[in-house]
Order: sequence, then structure tokens, then C-alpha cells
Amino acid sequence: MSTCKGPDLLQEHVGVLKSRMGTFYPGSHVIFRGHDLHAELNDMDWVELYVFGITNRRFSKEQLKLMHAIWTYTSYPDVRLWNNRVAALAGSSRSTGNLGVAAALAVSEASIYGRGIDMRAISFLIRTRRQIADGIELTDCIKQELETHRSIAGYGRPLINGDERNPHILALAHRLGMDQGPYLRLAMSIEHTLFTGRWRMKMNYAGVVAALVADIGLSPREYYLFLFPAFLAGMQPGFIEAADRPEGTLYPIPCADVQYQGESHRPWKTREK
Amino acid sequence: MSEQIKPHSIQTRIWREEPESNNPFAARAAFCHGYDVYGEMLGNARWVEMLYLLFRHEAPSTPQADMLEALAVALANPGPRDASVHAAMCGGVCGSTAASSLMAALAVGAGQYAGGHEVFLAMEAWAVCGTDLEAWRRHISQNNHTSGSIWPESEHAPGFDPHGVCTATPVKQTLDCLAGFNCGKHLSWLQQNLSAMEAMAACPLALSGAAAAALFDMGFTPDQGEMLHLLLRLPGAAAHALEQRPLGYKKFPFGSVELVGETAQENV
Repeated sequence: MSTCKGPDLLQEHVGVLKSRMGTFYPGSHVIFRGHDLHAELNDMDWVELYVFGITNRRFSKEQLKLMHAIWTYTSYPDVRLWNNRVAALAGSSRSTGNLGVAAALAVSEASIYGRGIDMRAISFLIRTRRQIADGIELTDCIKQELETHRSIAGYGRPLINGDERNPHILALAHRLGMDQGPYLRLAMSIEHTLFTGRWRMKMNYAGVVAALVADIGLSPREYYLFLFPAFLAGMQPGFIEAADRPEGTLYPIPCADVQYQGESHRPWKTREK
Repeated sequence: MSEQIKPHSIQTRIWREEPESNNPFAARAAFCHGYDVYGEMLGNARWVEMLYLLFRHEAPSTPQADMLEALAVALANPGPRDASVHAAMCGGVCGSTAASSLMAALAVGAGQYAGGHEVFLAMEAWAVCGTDLEAWRRHISQNNHTSGSIWPESEHAPGFDPHGVCTATPVKQTLDCLAGFNCGKHLSWLQQNLSAMEAMAACPLALSGAAAAALFDMGFTPDQGEMLHLLLRLPGAAAHALEQRPLGYKKFPFGSVELVGETAQENV
């Protein structure tokens, strides 16, 4: 690692990138994290390659099947969902599919769902497990998190308290022998404490998935990057349907359906300057 | 203004429209915070007055509008060496869509190194520390990162240039110009305490830092300042993306990669 600072540090990097990750040799071959993509990694399943790219680690068939399912079970072709609606509005507005879906994935980094919650959920589990190992009571960990964020990421849900995805992903984890990890057990304990306590919150999909992936061994940043395409498969159907309808007909809003709560009419020219 | 809540209605304090008599989906008149946009503002209001009105709910004073316009000029083009403009040019140079070039500029210009979130953090610091040098000393020296955030930990004091040697001339010029509008106390305080602030941050003030202080002086919140910083830097990104398009990728630097070894691990 260079000890340079300031402009010397920048000068050291002009035009050249030293990379562990890979490069391509036009007309010849591609190196992907130290391996020839077409000769050594060509039989890889796409998700396997995706998580290999993130972690530089290989995963068992069971782990990959669970990671596949984590994406599959949360792919909802429902354009009411805010991120999906962005893709569909792009279709209705006759934008391109790439722009619509890229923007939809970008807004999936929300604070009440998606990546914002996912990062908080896995960080909370990792921190709580460490604190419990240090002798702190689970209830105190929960109270501390509530004081910081006023909610527990992975518990409760914007629309309803309970999650239709959880029994299915937990059943699969059971079938794969992956439902006894320490983080999943901790997540269950947290749910029990929250549900039987005054908070009355159940675990949602973000909570269970964070625990399952923490048990697989991904760090918060690895988990965050792994989840990027989580909602993707639910977006294209909405785009297609909106693009096939007459233009501008997805959720049209008449003027009267805008509930105005601001200032009454006032003149511009005589305003105070 | 109806008090009746409809399940499909949108609530807003910003915008009211009156429908044409023969089409409930076409506006006959639009009002922004009460001002008739097409009937009165159009042709009379400046772009920056509209901008200020949208965010702050009130029309700006003349000095505030002048200051926002000056800031908009300062931020309009970060130049082709800036990462966000570089990203936009990556779109332009290969014929990507116009929107994708702007999305690229927004994504890259959103960060904590010279980007929108840096302005957000710097404005949060102004809200916490104000003109108290000791409060700044504490704030800069402590870890202000929230665990579990999607944003990485700051690697330098927000609003300062970690690779700078001294305050860059355009930063000084911007600071001097904006402080001259006398719209608040923070920019002039920053001018007077620049050396002390830079010593605490261990690096010189950046343009994002001058912008953050200016936006704070104009009364914008950190959320609003972040949005405005993203918005006001787009013109240059757009122009550079368009300029690169006919030049093509052959005249755009491709760079080189030197591979260093890496071995995969089993996940056990």
C-alpha cells in the first residue's frame, strides 16, 4: 500500500489500475478474480458467479439453492410496490426498459424496505450476537436499537405485521439443513421477545433472510451487494404490461385527486422581496 | 381545497392544479405554493426563484435568489476530471441514452467524496456545530457513522478535500463571492475561521464544503441541500456527455489494468 498523500497519491494512480478482480484481453480471454472466465468458470451457475464475484468464495449447492430462493421468493410482479411502479411508469411513459428497471433497482435502496432495511437488519443481528456473547441481555439490545432507530429492522412491516414469504424460505432452509444456524436462532429469539413483549412485532422477510445469509457467512457489505437483484424478476412483467397498454394509462391522476394542503392563491408581482 | 381523503389521492403542499372544464386530466392553471405559475410567474420569475420556492415554500429575497444563482453557476460544471462527469461521459461516449448519462452522473455524484451525501453530512455538521469552533473540533474528531447504514463511513471531514494541499482558488473565489451576499452568518464565519477549520480537518476546504455552508445560510435543510447539489451539477455532466458522443470511444481514455494475484477460498 502506498504511503503517498495528496496529489502524489492521485499521480500514482493516473491511467493505471492495479486490480485483483480481473480484466479482459480483447480477442483472447477474460480473467475473473484470478480465473479464466470461459475456461474455468464457464460451468458456473449465474448466482454462483455473482456471489463468487462479491466474496471470492465458493459455496455449497445447498447454500446456492437457498440464495437463489431468497431472490425468487421476493420477486413480486405487483406494480403497486413503489420500486416496481417505477419500472411500470417507465413503460407507461414509453421510456426504455433498461432505464425503468435500473431506476426501480436504485429506489429499492429505501429506508423502510430493501437495502436500507437489509443493511440495518444484518448489522443488528451481528452486533446483537456479539453483545449477548459479552453478557448483555437481549432485551437491552432491542431497547438500544429502538432508541437509535425507533424500529427494529427485520421486524414489523410497512403494510402488515407478518410475512407470507417466511414460512416458505424457512421450510426450504429446513429441507436444506440450514435452519439451525446461530443467527437464525437469534433472529427467532428476537421475534419471540418482540412478539410476546409490548412491541407485538413479528419477523419479516428482511429479518429471516439477513439471519440465513449471516449464517452462510456473508459480511454486511457482501450481503448488501448480494441482494441488489432481489426484486428484479418482479419488475419486468410490470414494465411489459404498462408498455402494452395505451401510453400514459398507468395510474393516471385527475387534477381533483391531488389533495392540496398549501398556501392559497397569492400574487407573484407584489410579494415581499 | 377539499378535506375529503380519497384513497387514490396524492397529498401536497407544493402544487395545485385546476382542471380544464372539459378534461379532468388537463390543467387549466397550476399554482406553486399559491403563485400562478403560467399566469404570473412565467416571464417574471427567475429559474432560481422557482427553485427556491419549490424547496423552501416561500419566494426568496433578492439577495437569496442572487446567491442561489451564483451557487448554481459555481456548481454547474464540475468539469471532465470530476468522477460524476466522467461517469456521464462513459454514457455519452458509447451512445447510451441521455437519461442513463444523467443517472450515471447522479449515482457517482451522490457520494461522500465531492458528492451529494458529502453535502448532506456537511450541512448536518453545520446544524450541530453552528459557529462554535469547539463543537466543530469535537464533531470532526468523533465517528459520526450510524451502524447499519447503506453509506460507508466517511474517510475525511465532510466538505473538505482529502487530496488537497491548500484551498483551491475556485473554492476561495466561490466562498468570497457567496459570503458577499450576506444571506446568513455561516459563510462569513467560515471565511474568518477557514485556517482553523482546515487545520482541524487536516485538509483544505472543498467546493462541496463552500456549497454546504451556502445552502445552510439560505435556510435549506441537509435533505434539501443534498438534492440541490445533485441537481445543480447536472448541466455540466449533460454537456460533456453530449460532447463525447460524436468523438466516440476511440478518443476517450480507456486506461490500463495491471492484474495482481488472487486465490479463491472455500466458504467453510
